[in-house]
Amino acid sequence: MDLASLLLAPAFFAFDLLGLLKSIFVTPFADMAAMPDLLVQTIWEGLVSGVLYALIALGFVLIFKASGVFNFAQGIMVVFAALTLVGFHEKGVPAWLAVFLTLGVMLVLAIAVERVVLRPLVNQPDIILFMATFGLTYVLIGLGEFIFGGEPKQMIAEQLYIPRGPIDVAMLGGRVTFQKIDIAAAVIASVMIIALALFFQYTRIGRALRAVADSHKAALSVGISLNQIWVIVWFAAGIVALITGIMWGARSEVSFGLDIIALKALPVLILGGFTSIPGAIVGGLIIGIGEKLAEFYWGPLVGGGIESWIAYVIALGFLMVRPQGLFGDKIIERI
Amino acid sequence: MKHPLTKTALAAAAFASFAVPSFAQDSIYVPLLTYRTGPFAGSGVHIANGMRDYLEMLNQRDGGIGGVKIVIEECETGYDTKKGVECYESVKGKNPVLIGPYSTGITLQVIPKAAVDKIPVLSMAYGLSASADGTNFPWVFNPPVTYWDGASVFIRHVIQAEKGDLKGKTIGLIHLDAPFGKEPIPVLEALAKEYGFTLKLYPVPAAQMQNQGSQWLAIRRDKVDWIYNQGWGAMNPTAVKEAVKNGFPIDKLVGVWWAGGDDDARAGEAGAKGYKTLNFHNTGADFPVMQDILKHVHEKGLSQAKKEQVGENLYNRGVYNSMLIAEAVRTAQKITGKKAVKGEDVRRGLEALNITEARLKELGMEGFANAVKVACDDHNGHNKVFVSQWDGTKYVKASEWMDPMKSIVRPLIEAEAKDYVSKDAGWPKRTEPCEKG
Repeated sequence: MDLASLLLAPAFFAFDLLGLLKSIFVTPFADMAAMPDLLVQTIWEGLVSGVLYALIALGFVLIFKASGVFNFAQGIMVVFAALTLVGFHEKGVPAWLAVFLTLGVMLVLAIAVERVVLRPLVNQPDIILFMATFGLTYVLIGLGEFIFGGEPKQMIAEQLYIPRGPIDVAMLGGRVTFQKIDIAAAVIASVMIIALALFFQYTRIGRALRAVADSHKAALSVGISLNQIWVIVWFAAGIVALITGIMWGARSEVSFGLDIIALKALPVLILGGFTSIPGAIVGGLIIGIGEKLAEFYWGPLVGGGIESWIAYVIALGFLMVRPQGLFGDKIIERI
Repeated sequence: MKHPLTKTALAAAAFASFAVPSFAQDSIYVPLLTYRTGPFAGSGVHIANGMRDYLEMLNQRDGGIGGVKIVIEECETGYDTKKGVECYESVKGKNPVLIGPYSTGITLQVIPKAAVDKIPVLSMAYGLSASADGTNFPWVFNPPVTYWDGASVFIRHVIQAEKGDLKGKTIGLIHLDAPFGKEPIPVLEALAKEYGFTLKLYPVPAAQMQNQGSQWLAIRRDKVDWIYNQGWGAMNPTAVKEAVKNGFPIDKLVGVWWAGGDDDARAGEAGAKGYKTLNFHNTGADFPVMQDILKHVHEKGLSQAKKEQVGENLYNRGVYNSMLIAEAVRTAQKITGKKAVKGEDVRRGLEALNITEARLKELGMEGFANAVKVACDDHNGHNKVFVSQWDGTKYVKASEWMDPMKSIVRPLIEAEAKDYVSKDAGWPKRTEPCEKG
């Protein structure tokens, strides 16, 4: 490097640093102000993704609350439920009947999991139960591929009367497009979440579940059947998996690739807490909107593709302030 | 009584011979690294069926290649590089005549092993574009075209559609955020400079394949005129769906040949009519070769494909791939005079590969594909490509055969090959004599 370059280097450095700071702290906000319609569109896309992440996270939360098990198989349960639904329909079963039959299959699965996996492992350390759900994941992958094959399938959205097509709204000097399927997904997911929250808050079974979540031994001592609660909870997670599979499948396709999307629930759970239904909802929305805004406005700075890890950065940021998650139970233990 | 150690050694030897049977004596062992499971199975299943069915057809109809039975063995990779390398390690001791990794990630891992193990790598129109340089990669072959050729033909197509002027246009590359997806970037950057268009990149992480909302929003923001899709697996149908959903002109979305699955287009329903993909072979089951597959394999219940899938784009891709394998073996038999050829012989066969129009006719592939020629220094051939278009039910040929921009692509390949080799201090200098086709 010659002297002139050496002398100029700090100036270049200062210039680059200023440019970098500008592109992080000024340009994205200027873009938001310049194209507010795109900002609304981005937030809407994030909202829809967030609701769907919340649905997946809900499946995890239900099982974790009842048994303290992080159910690694939740993602594959989504795929399995969706494939079963499409599989029944391919065999000529009418769509709505196929939904009920699929629910039946998920109930059988819940009973089988309780009998074969959970019951023999009662009182084992949590890590053993967690590993058992790993095993369950691979059993379901194998079973799914054996029965339905590896080829992707189209979700029977039309037969289930899931609306499709765009609604274009002129606003803020531009256009915002709302897909009917996304609106339906948001509405169905919201109804589902509210129904589950009410069920667990106000019904006898819901109270029993909360008792089990607080203490297995205490729940058993007042006559609550742990086995029955586990079946109910796994079945509820199966219902959530079916709804999630229908909505994600309709947006893309029903394939084993959907399993990967379940990983998006992890930052949601870190953020919202593993035991909180409102946490899953709020966490899902924060992650969904946060990752879309980050990818759209800040992604180009690093060549894009940050969506897959930025969710964890957001979650870890929250974790530093609230280690138990936004809505997680604060654990106070005597030493 | 024998010494326990001797017994153990004998047992180990017996086990080893059982575990790694050799197929060299009276057969041609062709391992197929396939993926019928996992997130990329949607594309992988059809290719696997096509590859297996063509080789099975040769066994049933002709008794193999040159009278020698083909032993076909699939190894499931799930499109996972680690599993793919395990597959390679498990088959390499069985005297495979070549390896088709069927994944750019796996190809990158096995390239350095090829010369050591004396097993040629056939990465048909995928893998490392720079491996087309036969001088530096004598054991690797990637005919009939490289990803760089594909990107250049895409730009040629855009130039034709835009009547020669790309200045002021914005062209986007939506791609899987993986080695395969990134392959066309260098050539598109060079072409952007050459033709004055703006290039925008939209990487899609594997975990987001079915959730591309952000990328398509960015495409809308950037007012992109044309999109080239270097996608695979579940990424492709989602991209087509998103394009339809976002009102992107579907005839300006062009996929690389791997983004041309029939299921990829079907996902977009009526809105996908007009979706384009590059191709180097035709679709349909009317060709004599496909009829032979139906007769000798399908009707005997030896195929895993449904009848209606025979003739679909990715199925035919598999057939084309196996045709290259079979022709390389046949050429090797001709050169060496041996029937049961080995990997070293088939390397020579691949280098001398010269599939003329007349030969294609003999194979029942007249009009199915174009002539392919490989040379000592050019292990690809940079052969012609055309554009296929989805008509709502199937892909139809929508352009003439187009030459890649070899004058731009070839120097880039040679420079990249030199760079690759220079980074590996122990990279062996080519000692293999040149074969002439």
